[in-house]
Amino acid sequence: MKTGGANSREIHALSVYVANKPGVLARVAQVFSRRGFNIESLVVSPAMDGTFSRMTIGVSGESEVLDQLIRKVSKLVDVLHCTDHTYDDTVTKEMALIKLAVGSEDRAEALQISEHFGCKTVDLTENSMILMATGDPEKLDALVGMLSKFRMIELVNTGAVIMSRGEGET
Amino acid sequence: MATDPISGGEAIIRCLENEGVEYIFGYSGGAVIPIFDAMVTTNTRIQFVLTRHEQGATHMADGYARATGKPAVVLVTSGPGATNTLTGIMTAHMDSVPMIVLTGQSVTPMIGKDAFQEADIFDITMPVVKHSYLVKESNQLPRILRESFHIATTGRPGPVLIDVPKDVSAGDCTADLHAPMDLPGYRPDTPEYEPADVQEMAEMLSKSRRPLILAGHGAVMSRAEKEIRRLAEKIKAPVTTTLLGKGAFPESHPLSLGMLGMHGTAYANKAVCECDLILNIGSRFDDRILGNPAQFAKQARILHIDIDRAEVYKMIRPDLYCVGDAREVTAELAKHVPELDTGDWIERLAKYRRKYPLRYRKQGGLKMAHIIDELYKMTEGRAVVATDVGQHQMWAAQFYRSDDPHNFLTSGGAGTMGFGLPAAIGAQFGRPDDLTVAIVGDGGFQMTCYELATARLHNLPLKIIVMNNHYLGMVRQWQELFYEDRTSGVDLEGNPDFVKLASAFGVKGFNLRRSGDVRKVLGRMLEWNDGPCLINAEVEKTDNVFPMVPAGKALEDMMIDPPRKGQKLDKPTGST
Repeated sequence: MKTGGANSREIHALSVYVANKPGVLARVAQVFSRRGFNIESLVVSPAMDGTFSRMTIGVSGESEVLDQLIRKVSKLVDVLHCTDHTYDDTVTKEMALIKLAVGSEDRAEALQISEHFGCKTVDLTENSMILMATGDPEKLDALVGMLSKFRMIELVNTGAVIMSRGEGET
Repeated sequence: MATDPISGGEAIIRCLENEGVEYIFGYSGGAVIPIFDAMVTTNTRIQFVLTRHEQGATHMADGYARATGKPAVVLVTSGPGATNTLTGIMTAHMDSVPMIVLTGQSVTPMIGKDAFQEADIFDITMPVVKHSYLVKESNQLPRILRESFHIATTGRPGPVLIDVPKDVSAGDCTADLHAPMDLPGYRPDTPEYEPADVQEMAEMLSKSRRPLILAGHGAVMSRAEKEIRRLAEKIKAPVTTTLLGKGAFPESHPLSLGMLGMHGTAYANKAVCECDLILNIGSRFDDRILGNPAQFAKQARILHIDIDRAEVYKMIRPDLYCVGDAREVTAELAKHVPELDTGDWIERLAKYRRKYPLRYRKQGGLKMAHIIDELYKMTEGRAVVATDVGQHQMWAAQFYRSDDPHNFLTSGGAGTMGFGLPAAIGAQFGRPDDLTVAIVGDGGFQMTCYELATARLHNLPLKIIVMNNHYLGMVRQWQELFYEDRTSGVDLEGNPDFVKLASAFGVKGFNLRRSGDVRKVLGRMLEWNDGPCLINAEVEKTDNVFPMVPAGKALEDMMIDPPRKGQKLDKPTGST
């Protein structure tokens, strides 16, 4: 049983594989909310087999309690498995759309930063631009930090999706 | 395989028949008329029991399930009919009782539009069901019915809700009534326990000199009583049970210590404090038995057998655990464990038993404990007893010893007042030839006393004892002990004359007012053979239950007797 790392309130990355049916998300979310766990991020979409869905959930809370909550989620009738990948070797990626208020005078600098982080410019007007960035959560945090010198109008982040490296199952 | 169409309601009734259902407890309404109609058109052998309230129906089903070990079925209408079942569903959920609750729902095009008598019961009940369904199409019914019974009765049992829109129950169903289940995430039958774990448990047990077996409701539900007895006798270990574990080991057995915990026996609690090993078979370490979890069984290594992996580590960190069926694991354990010499340990506990027996005074005012003790003796412990919640419940647990795992029916986890009478009615339906006694308080009884009509209508030979102290006695006891006797909101001034009330329902009533009359009046009750009868027992108003471990305190801090006059006690820190 995992008992958590040194920081017991770190964000845990869970993958939950569920039947693709109405109400499943509510049942899963309820297990966490009842015990005061905050869901920091949540990505749900149909899995390779469309009769199932895959959830990637980022939650923060006490590690010891989380272990018990994972067991509670695992026993829900529509849940095939719930796994904590926090300490596993995984690929973790997220995507962000960032809308900046930039005019002609600072556009070049914004594009320079954008290029450095491998972003795509997906919208451009006289006074604004939308950048699309993908990558590790840390990379996106750094990008947002660099862009903070501009006026950020909106930020939409998908939250992390994870996949176990190698042949291991997520 | 497609068949000639039948209505969704008929499909429901046929599926219930296939599951061997004998009774449906419920209440009619507009949204379930197609299902009620199907009871006529199918000419079903299933008997419908019309209750007086949906809460009564759920507790009746619950009592039926606990007394028979079979899943029970409830059928009610939408909206308020559905929400009235909530307390009963929660009660069943907390105590892991297998129950199928069918609720009517508005027609599918109107769902979510605040239609007449529409309640989102699927979401309202989500935290208190094992699983639930909103049926969208009539052809889904056979599969969902099959899945519901499978889910409700396997693994750790529990209630399953099926919300059936009226157009679904009225619509055509052509699906095979034995449609295959589709539950890829539900694997309760997987034998998860590792033989090596059991072997290791046996080795730890073999090194114990002061072992203690703790049996809970899981032991009752897996029918592990024979295996527990075999194991206890082989290793000569004393056995204590939780409130819901009563009967998992015969309480008349010399190795039985009775119930432990807040109002458990002093000798059971002392055994917990002094044992060097606890083998927990199917108990979830409820806070009512732990006292203060950090102080629980400090000298003991703890072994935990539970069918629900989520219960392991929840309250107590065991030294070793085994996820599996209580009966299977206990049987396996008994094979590997050697006979033990526990003579000194048994003798030590025998001294505690002699020094701190359960007791009450027969002199003075009429005592609940006295009535229950005499009832136990007169019925030789053979009655099915259903209780409400409060002081009478604890005295019943202490003095009505049970040798049968299905004979003591009580709301343990939820602590539901109003449970006793309808649960006893349900039990009597399930076991018509067995003596069934509802022991209820005047508070709880008034929450569901309308079900006297159901008992009378079916002429059930049910016995009801109302322990009438004109108080919510357990709350008064707490206020008296921990809040310097500042009683508030507990005086049940305005109680009706319960004998007259019974009479209004056509139920025979007896008054019991004096200690000297206990045997005489109980005798009249037991001899009554014209349907249900009731005793209104005018018991002492201010009697209190002991031993008592104040909530949140360690079992070591148990009060065996009432505190001396004027002694100030700390307010409890634990839950109720």
